[in-house]
Amino acid sequence: MARPLINVPAKIKRGQVFEIKTLISHIMETGFRYTTTGAQIPRDIVTAFSCSYNGEEIFRADLYPAISANPFLTFFTTATESGTLDFKWIGDKGFSETATAKIVVE
Amino acid sequence: MNRRMSLLRTVVCRAVVSAMTAFAIAGAALGADIPLDKRRSGYADLGRDSKAMQDDDTINPATLWVLDGEALWKEKTGAANRACADCHQDATISMKGVAARYPAFSPARKAPIDLEQRINLCRSEHQQAPPLAYESHDLLALTAYVGRQSRGMAVTPPSDGRLTPFIEAGRKLFTRRIGQIDMSCAQCHDDNWGKKLAGSLIPQAQPTGYPIYRLEWQSLGSLQRRLRNCMTGLRAEAYEYGAPENVNLELFLMWRARGMQVETPAVRP
Ligand code: HEC
Ligand code: HEC
Repeated sequence: MARPLINVPAKIKRGQVFEIKTLISHIMETGFRYTTTGAQIPRDIVTAFSCSYNGEEIFRADLYPAISANPFLTFFTTATESGTLDFKWIGDKGFSETATAKIVVE
Repeated sequence: MNRRMSLLRTVVCRAVVSAMTAFAIAGAALGADIPLDKRRSGYADLGRDSKAMQDDDTINPATLWVLDGEALWKEKTGAANRACADCHQDATISMKGVAARYPAFSPARKAPIDLEQRINLCRSEHQQAPPLAYESHDLLALTAYVGRQSRGMAVTPPSDGRLTPFIEAGRKLFTRRIGQIDMSCAQCHDDNWGKKLAGSLIPQAQPTGYPIYRLEWQSLGSLQRRLRNCMTGLRAEAYEYGAPENVNLELFLMWRARGMQVETPAVRP
């Protein structure tokens, strides 16, 4: 079960800088491990994350095998207008997950 | 298996050997229970970042399991096609305080059962579904969800005389030397807590936060998994998941932690 968890303030003052916290369940299998019988465990990680605010990309990150399971990413932006934050994670084995959050700017 | 497991095993084994020597020299007052007011949760010794992670549900990765547990709670399953919620309704009410008094005595088994076993009894008897394996995602999720409903409450082992011999059996296991390292749980967790085992601080082995999100596991894990880890570290053969010995140890640890706060789901290094 891949499940994203987003935390943003529901209401915020125009011009204020606020924090966006994201957490997603993912095993982040490095691809560097072997089973007891010597078979390589294929890499299975989230490779990219992005966030857009009313359609405009405000944050993007590439992820690598050294990043721990259940990646937690947090960043800041400035409140400009009410609307939607769209989040997207993509990864190995066709992994793709999205989430949205609404914010009200007063 | 965790990617850092083999490395850690080497480190712990080496550390255990040197610790053994160090403790032999230190020769602390042996065999005494920790005074009630000296007990401390592993939380107290977490770093600032790990504390922050446990304190905030939106940062604590264990929340992902709690939410899955909440979804499973409402999901009809098994031949009976019943959900936990069909019988127990709102878990925030019906499951409040339940985890704080497990393991509890099962008249049917004439022995204590832990929370995982209690949940599996409901699956087999009331849902007519196959039991979930220890450490499976779904059992961890349900246990974390049920356990979460007791957070902040005091650990209150049932005052049930039938449990007394099992608590004693748990204490015996806790104080018996085991494995090639030939040490008992108590030698570390009663006599030498607060000291270092290589890089790790030796905690008191308080069971207040389970299931925990352990950074080393990169996952949620049960109390039995944690106990088995320490047994393996002592180069002893760990008791199987669900074995009476593990349940007796869990029971003894909960009795030993009576009155302390439930933290489920906690974060540990
Ligand atoms: C058909 C009804 C039914 C369903 C479905 C059911 N239970 Fe139960 N549960 C019971 C009954 C009845 C008891 C009391 C003990 C007994 O008689 O088995 C109980 C006891 C429990 C207890 C112990 C409570 C205590 O106070 O000690 C827990 C925990 C529990 N159930 C969890 C669950 C979970 C989790 C699920 C879903 C996976 C579930 N139950 C599904 C009927 C049900
Ligand atoms: C050589 C010392 C040593 C012995 C002996 C030992 N442990 Fe541990 N134990 C540790 C260390 C060190 C940790 C903490 C590991 C970490 O922080 O990564 C730990 C952690 C624990 C925890 C987790 C506590 C928490 O805060 O969540 C429990 C429970 C536990 N041990 C139980 C046991 C039991 C039961 C035994 C006997 C079978 C045992 N230990 C034997 C060193 C030991």
